[in-house]
Amino acid sequence: MSEDPIEVFLQPIQLDYDYTAGVSASRFLRAIEQGKLLGQRCPVDGRVYFPSRGSCPQHAVPFADDGAVELPDRGTIVTYSIVRVPSENIPLELPYITVQVLLDGADTVLMHVLDGDLDTVRMGLRVEAVWKPKEEWTTSLANILYFRPLDEPDADYDSYKEHI
Amino acid sequence: MAELTAVVGIGQTKYVSKRLDKSMPGLIREAAERALEDAGCTWNDIDAVIMGKAPDMFEGVMMPELFLNDAIGGAYKPMLRVHTAGSVGGSTGIVAASMVQSGIHERVLCVAYEKQSESNATWALSISLPFSLASVAGAGGYFAPLVRGYIRRSGAPEDTGIRVAVKDRQNALRNPLAHLQLKDISFEMVANSPMLWDPIRYLETCPSSDGACAMVMENEALAGKRSNKVAWIHATEMKSEPTMFSGRDQVMPQAILDNSKSLYKKAGITKPREEIDCAEIYVPFSWFEPMWMEGMRITDINQGWKMTYEGATALDGDFPVNMSGGVLSSNPIGASGLIRFAEAARQVRGIAGDHQVDGAKKALGHAYGGGSQYFSTWIVSSDKP
Amino acid sequence: MRDVAVVGFAQSDSMRRETDRNEVEILIPVMQELRKKTGLTNDQVDFVCSGSSDYLAGQSFAFIAGLDAVGAWPPICESHLEMDGAWALYEAWVKIQMGYADLALVYGFGKPSMGDLPLTMALQLDPYTTMPLWPDAISIAAIQARLCQEGGTLSAEEMAERAVRDRGNAKSNPYAQVKGDFSVDGILADPYIANPLRKHDCSPISDGASVMIIASAEKAREFQDRPAFIRGFEHICEPMDFGVRDLTSSKSTEIAAEKAGVRADKIDVAELSAPFTHQEILVERALGLDESTNINPSGGALAGNPIMAVGLTRIGEAAARIWDGSADRAVAHATSGPCLQQNLVCLMEGN
Repeated sequence: MSEDPIEVFLQPIQLDYDYTAGVSASRFLRAIEQGKLLGQRCPVDGRVYFPSRGSCPQHAVPFADDGAVELPDRGTIVTYSIVRVPSENIPLELPYITVQVLLDGADTVLMHVLDGDLDTVRMGLRVEAVWKPKEEWTTSLANILYFRPLDEPDADYDSYKEHI
Repeated sequence: MAELTAVVGIGQTKYVSKRLDKSMPGLIREAAERALEDAGCTWNDIDAVIMGKAPDMFEGVMMPELFLNDAIGGAYKPMLRVHTAGSVGGSTGIVAASMVQSGIHERVLCVAYEKQSESNATWALSISLPFSLASVAGAGGYFAPLVRGYIRRSGAPEDTGIRVAVKDRQNALRNPLAHLQLKDISFEMVANSPMLWDPIRYLETCPSSDGACAMVMENEALAGKRSNKVAWIHATEMKSEPTMFSGRDQVMPQAILDNSKSLYKKAGITKPREEIDCAEIYVPFSWFEPMWMEGMRITDINQGWKMTYEGATALDGDFPVNMSGGVLSSNPIGASGLIRFAEAARQVRGIAGDHQVDGAKKALGHAYGGGSQYFSTWIVSSDKP
Repeated sequence: MRDVAVVGFAQSDSMRRETDRNEVEILIPVMQELRKKTGLTNDQVDFVCSGSSDYLAGQSFAFIAGLDAVGAWPPICESHLEMDGAWALYEAWVKIQMGYADLALVYGFGKPSMGDLPLTMALQLDPYTTMPLWPDAISIAAIQARLCQEGGTLSAEEMAERAVRDRGNAKSNPYAQVKGDFSVDGILADPYIANPLRKHDCSPISDGASVMIIASAEKAREFQDRPAFIRGFEHICEPMDFGVRDLTSSKSTEIAAEKAGVRADKIDVAELSAPFTHQEILVERALGLDESTNINPSGGALAGNPIMAVGLTRIGEAAARIWDGSADRAVAHATSGPCLQQNLVCLMEGN
C-alpha cells in the first residue's frame, strides 16, 4: 500500500436543472424569438426596464401585464471593457469588447458585446444590433450577435451618466 | 444596550494558490487552532461557532459547514452559516459579534474559508441560465466597466490603479501570510503586465487563494480581565441594495455611503480621516481603493485617487490602507472579508508585525460583495468606547 | 433578555412543481400578502434576514435575487444565511436582543423542483469519502429508519400513524401539498421506495416561500393583540458522520429543547419539520411531547416541505395558534443536514 498522500482526486459532479424563466421573462423571450425587444414599464415611476423582469427591484412591485414596451434595436454605449481573458462559458474570440448598452427609450442597460475596432469603442458611442439570420432565432438574447457602431454623433454624457 | 465585545484571538493560515497538504477540515482547523492559541482558550471554552464562506459551488459541497462541524469544534453547539456574497467574511465577523453583543453567548468562534483549488470559481461565477446571454467574464468582466465609469467621473489619472497595486504588493512583502510576494515589484512591472479587462491589468487583480481566517470574540466580563491587548468592537454595520434598478449608481452605491454614515455615527466618529488610524478595505481590483475611500467618507467624492497619488494610503501615509497587502495579495474569497476585519483588529492590538502601523488605536475593516451592493464594516479600537 | 414576538406571517402554497414562476415571482405575492395583512411598510423594518440555498437554485449567489422582492431601497440592513429561514429568524432575533433593531422581516424560499433534490442533497456529505458514492437523501434516511426499527426504537405502524395524522390534519391547511384520509393498514400495504421507507414516510418535494415579522414587545402590539412571544430559542448542530452519533435519537433537539425550557410546562401545539415519519417520532420524543399536545395541526413537513422555508413556516404556523388564542404555549422545530443533524427549537407563549 502506497504511503504517498493523496493530494488531489477528481470527482465530477453533474446535476441537471430545469430553470424557469418566469412569467415576465417568458414574455420577453417569446418576443425576442420574433425579433422584438420588449421592455417593461414600472407601474410606480414609469421607468422602462430592459430586459423585462418579473418585478421592479427598487419598489418590489410586480410588473403588470400591460406594461410591455417595444424598443428599437439601437442605443448608446454607457460603459465598456475590453476583455482579454478566456472564460469557459463565453465562446467569443479574444480580445472582445463587452458593453453596457442603453437602448433608446430604455431606462436600464443591457450587457452585450460590440463588434468594432478596439480603438473606436468609447462611452457615448451610438450603436445598433446585428441580428442572426431569422431562421436561427430562438428564445435568447443571443439572437443579437453583437452591436456595431452607427454613423451618428456621440450621445451627450449627461444623457446617459445616471446609468453608469 | 448591547454587551461590549472584543476580539481576543486571531488565527490565519498562510495564503497560497493550492493547499494540497490539507483537506477542507484541516485548513479551517489550522486557522481556528491558531485563534484559540492566541486567545489562550480550548475548544471547550467556545459557546457557538459562526461559519462563513462564499458560494457552495466554489468547492462543490452543499452547506459544507455541516460536514465541517466537528473540525471547527461545533459538535453539539449552536452553529450558523453566513453567506452574503463577497462581503460574507465581514458579515461572518458581524454575526459572530452579535452573538456576544446580544448577551446570548460569552465567547464565540468565527471561521471563514475558501479552498478555491478544489473547484473552479470562475466557472461557478459564470453559470449562465439558458435564457440569458453569457457576456460577463467573471468578476473582472463585471467590475471593469464600473472602473471605467469611475475614471470618467473623477478624472483620475489612468495610472492610479497601478499605484495602488504597487503599494499593496509592497505591503505584502511585509506580511509573511500574504499569497503573492513579488520581490521586485515596480511601477513598470504592473504597467507592463497584460491588460485583462481594460482598464484592469493583470497585476491590478487579486489571485485565487486557498486559506482560512478565524477569530475568538468575548464579552467584557471575560475580555476585560485579560492582560494583553484586545480589540474592542466599537460599531458594526451591514447595508444592502438591489443588484440593478433604473438609475442605480453602481460606481458609488448608496449602500456604502449609508453604511459609512451609520457606522461612524454608532462609533462616535465625526472626522473619519483624522480619528481612524488605518483601514483594511476590500479591494479586489486596484481601482476600488480610491472608490471605497470615497464611499467610506475618508475623502470627498471623486477625490479618492488623490489619496493614492499623494501616498496617504501608504504604510507611512496619514491614512494607511491594506497594510497586509489586502485582497490584491491574498484572496480566499469567503475569508477575504474576515481577513480585513481580523487585520484591523491585529493593528489595534499592536500585533501586526512588520506591517504594523505605529501607534494604531482605531481601525476600520470593510468588505463588499455582489454587484457592489453588499457592504459590511466594523470599527475596532485598543480602547473601550 | 428583551421580549420579542412573532407578529406577522405569510406563506405560499407548497407546490410540487411551479413551472411558470421563478423564485422571486413566488416570493413577491407572499411578501405583498404579508404587507396587506399587517400594514407593514419598509420604513418600519430595521433589519432583513433570509435563508436559501445556491445548490437548490443551481446558481451561485441565487439569494441576491430575493432582494428584488423586498424592495431594498433606500439601502437596508440585511443578512443572509445558507440555512432554513428559521435560522435567519434566529439571527434577526439576536439583532433585536442586542438593540440593533426593533422590528425585522425574515424570509425563506426554495425551488427544489428545478433539480433532482435527493441527489443534490448528496452534496452535503463528506466530499472525500461519502459523497463520491452519491447516496441519495432518501436512502440515507432509510438507513436511519432501519436502525430505529431493528433496534426497537419505533415501529412501521408508528411511522404510518404519523403519516395518517399529518396528512389528515393538512386537510384544513390550504397551503398543504399532500393531504387526505389515509389509514395505517393502507399505508403498510404500499410498496417500499427505500426499504423500510414507503412513499408516505417521506415528505413531498415542494416549491415555496414564507415571510415573517418579529418585533420587540413595544412594537409587537401594533401588529397583534396577542403576540407570540419567543420564550426560548435554541439551535444545536451535531457532527455529520453517521458513525459518531446515535441515529436512533435526536440529541441536538433534546439539548435545544432543554435550554429553551420546552418541558417546563404543558405544550399546547407543536409544529415539526421532520421530513420523514421516523424522524418526526424522534423529534417528538426529544421534545418530550405526548398526547396532550396537538402535534402538526398544519400537517407539518410531511404535508408540504418547501425546503429552506419549511422551518420558518413551522414557526409561523405555531405562532398563528397563539394569535388566535387556541394555544397558550407552542413549540416549533426546524432541521437541517442528513438524519436530523442540526435542529432548532422555538418556544412561544401568548402571555
